[in-house]
Amino acid sequence: MKKQLPELMFLKSRDGKEGCSLSAPEIADDLCILAADKLRKDIADFPQLSEVEIVRHYTNLAHLNHSVDAGFYPLGSCTMKYNPKINEKIANQPEWNAHPYSPIHLVQGNLEIMKSLEELLMKITAMAAFTLTPAAGAHGELTGLRVIRDYLTAKGDARKIVLIPDSAHGTNPASSVLCGYQTKEIPSNENGILEVETLKKHLDKDVAALMITNPNTLGIFEKNIVEIARVLHENGSLLYMDGANMNAFMGIAKPGDLGADVIHLNLHKTFATPHGGGGPGSGPVGVGKDLVKFLPVPIITHQGKEYKVRYHNETGSNRIKNFYGNFLVIVRALVYLLELGKENIRQVAEDAVLNANYIRKKLEPYLDLPYKSKSLHEVVFSDKGLTVKTLDVAKRLLDYGIHPFTIYFPLIVHGAMMIEPTETESKETLDQFIDIMIKILDEAKKDPAFVQGAPYSTPVTRLDEVLAAKQLILRWKPAATQTN
Amino acid sequence: MRYLPLTETEREEMRKTIGIKETKELFSDIPKDKSYFSLADLPAALSEPELLDKFNEIGRKNIFPGFLSFLGAGAYQHFIPELVNFLSNKSEFLTPYTPYQPEVSQGSLQGMFEYQTMMAQLTDMDIANSSLYDGGTAAAEGIVLALKKSKKQHILIAGNIHPEYIEIMQTYIKYLDYKMDLVPFDPQSGKLKLAELQGKIDQDTAGFIFQSPNFFGVVEEGKQISAMLHSKNSYSLQIVTEALSLAFLVPPGENDVDLVVGEAQSFGLPLGFGGPYLGFIAAKSEFLRQMPGRFVGQTLDSKGNRGYVLTLSTREQHIKRERATSNICTNEAWCAFRAGIYLATMGKKGLRSIAKTNHLNTAYFVKEVSKLNNVKVKYQKDYYNEVVLEVQNGKTDDFLKKLEAKKILAGIPLHWFYPDQKNTILVNFTEIHRKKDIDQLVQAIGEIK
Repeated sequence: MKKQLPELMFLKSRDGKEGCSLSAPEIADDLCILAADKLRKDIADFPQLSEVEIVRHYTNLAHLNHSVDAGFYPLGSCTMKYNPKINEKIANQPEWNAHPYSPIHLVQGNLEIMKSLEELLMKITAMAAFTLTPAAGAHGELTGLRVIRDYLTAKGDARKIVLIPDSAHGTNPASSVLCGYQTKEIPSNENGILEVETLKKHLDKDVAALMITNPNTLGIFEKNIVEIARVLHENGSLLYMDGANMNAFMGIAKPGDLGADVIHLNLHKTFATPHGGGGPGSGPVGVGKDLVKFLPVPIITHQGKEYKVRYHNETGSNRIKNFYGNFLVIVRALVYLLELGKENIRQVAEDAVLNANYIRKKLEPYLDLPYKSKSLHEVVFSDKGLTVKTLDVAKRLLDYGIHPFTIYFPLIVHGAMMIEPTETESKETLDQFIDIMIKILDEAKKDPAFVQGAPYSTPVTRLDEVLAAKQLILRWKPAATQTN
Repeated sequence: MRYLPLTETEREEMRKTIGIKETKELFSDIPKDKSYFSLADLPAALSEPELLDKFNEIGRKNIFPGFLSFLGAGAYQHFIPELVNFLSNKSEFLTPYTPYQPEVSQGSLQGMFEYQTMMAQLTDMDIANSSLYDGGTAAAEGIVLALKKSKKQHILIAGNIHPEYIEIMQTYIKYLDYKMDLVPFDPQSGKLKLAELQGKIDQDTAGFIFQSPNFFGVVEEGKQISAMLHSKNSYSLQIVTEALSLAFLVPPGENDVDLVVGEAQSFGLPLGFGGPYLGFIAAKSEFLRQMPGRFVGQTLDSKGNRGYVLTLSTREQHIKRERATSNICTNEAWCAFRAGIYLATMGKKGLRSIAKTNHLNTAYFVKEVSKLNNVKVKYQKDYYNEVVLEVQNGKTDDFLKKLEAKKILAGIPLHWFYPDQKNTILVNFTEIHRKKDIDQLVQAIGEIK
């Protein structure tokens, strides 16, 4: 039976249906102190469904999703590794479920969890301190850049420009602008990395920082990084290292040792917390010792066994998010790191890199590899010589039960196919993927139209994105139900 | 290691295929003296039973469980039907990423579309996006949006907004060329001074952002505020930190508010020590093309069947880069999806019923506590589900400690946020409290000497 979209819940709604079981009211209505003109009369068209209908609705929706638990998900730059179940169990335990303004002596366990993760991240990265409050990678970028700007401003050397290599994630320039910086894009060389000479050409006294992802979005380690850091520091500029791809060298090298002044990590990538269809994430920011006093509150400290919280920093609150950040994501990341331990942390990076290089080696005869430098955790092919578009190959993969790689990114690779297998995939899965890719490329040669028509086995076929952007139906309304 | 499926034999085979002897060779681009550091100072790996022991031990250091709590101030304890946990924790919803491949993501996408619809219905606005990080950052995104759209430089901020939200807005616009000005509130009523607001609006005012119910739990005069702003060609922005109030109070849309931002943690997300929560933004449709975050739109597939995609991505960082309307990428998608399940489960009747219970429980407390003479409810008019309690003799810390000794967390001392508020606490009531809980609180307060 082909899977189908369930009807929208609003169409199944009927007056008088109940999905919840509530206690009888104990307080009489006449205690209400608000005047009638302050009270809402109705919530027009709000759904009313019974429990069984809600369960069927969402169960049928679940059947329409691909997920890491269902199969291979080599979405480059997103590190779609397996999300351990014990992390979920522990995070869902009621003993963490405190109100964020609970008196701190009642929540010492929660504070210990946060401090423990901060300290572990410091050891892995050689940064002097961390804040766990940012909610996502881009939020971490904004936090880290603001720390840089505060630091330079305090030194009386406010600068205006952030340099960003052309292979960077779009969040890097977007975050810089939100921090009031101008951005300048600088080119990577034919090997896909930044040359020290290129950096020097763009460097002047107005450059606050270089924001560089390492390994970069081509999966290539920026091997000039130590010299880059030195040249920057000599110029009074700082090195922001985007740690989105930390999975490639966690336990192998430490960003602080490489010269980074500020980094952010993505707990939902490297530290195995579930992506949840696009969030929640967590983007801790680590900084060097001169920058510590510019981190946002709250700041957790401990004297002996007692944890305390500071709500004021000497440089102001710098608050970036409510409360303590995405605490339940932090719990999951800590469980994961403690399970890995020193015995496995390095193996994670080694297997992630080994898997990516295995795919690279096996697919290199069939696909164009524009940058031949060593790959770490991901490999990026181009569409050169393909008889169909990258998008078509991606859509055909869906028919084989595989989530496509990241497509058309990084922008410097034409028709990019960015493949990141992660360490949690078996050799069998990689071999299957490789065989399927070879088969699809063969199909594309013999019958391009067939591949261009893919997918065939998904709940819906290719969706009209132009129509979506034109008609802009962003919510259901009683009048707009004809398409059902 | 159970999360690493490669066997040593397979690793060896793969190395042979790649043409290397040791995996280490793959990392040769990393400076030798900076790689393969000693791991000695990292903790040893724990087994599953050891992990459970370890976290049980940490959990025992949390001694809040079992306390009767009346803490609110932007994080609210509401009842979460088991259905919400059961459905939202399905791995099909928990373990995918952003639905970049819509053909295999219709489950997440339709769920988000339904969530967007319900948030638009609840706020009574044209559109709602599919999530922002939290209430505070949503407020910050909201003012940046209003400033950009108006092309003006000046934003007015109500003084009785949640203080953390104000801090976050300050951090966000610190290095943008905008000016932010605080509009004071009346310490007698806890409400905004509208005459003072009127005097501050000028040609350069992009808009005014206020919270209703405000930080002290009092409902503001949304309609008058909006009219005042619109007469000067400025935007009216409302923060809602207690999303459940939307089901009971006149919604922002009816008050002609232009942009609504806030926190929807109340819709099925646990307190979780402060996160992950759920930021939301809803607006009149004129803001659509400059709004932050993701939108799910309805469309057709190549066979003419209904389907959903992420749309309007030309606003976003991965397309527009430095010209994007926001830097947001990963958001709180699962929290929004879960909120959708919560809202569907509560349904119109359930949601309206508990939204009313929140108010009635508060009103009952006010009535009962007014019989005591050691405390006083400071703002007796127009509260929703939070009130400020004045402690008549002595300081709040002492007062709260005495209640804590009876396993009651009675409220949040306002001197945390306003140093001059030495004798006030903020107390919150929800449907989680039974009449006997409120009686117990009142009795315990009465016993304080």
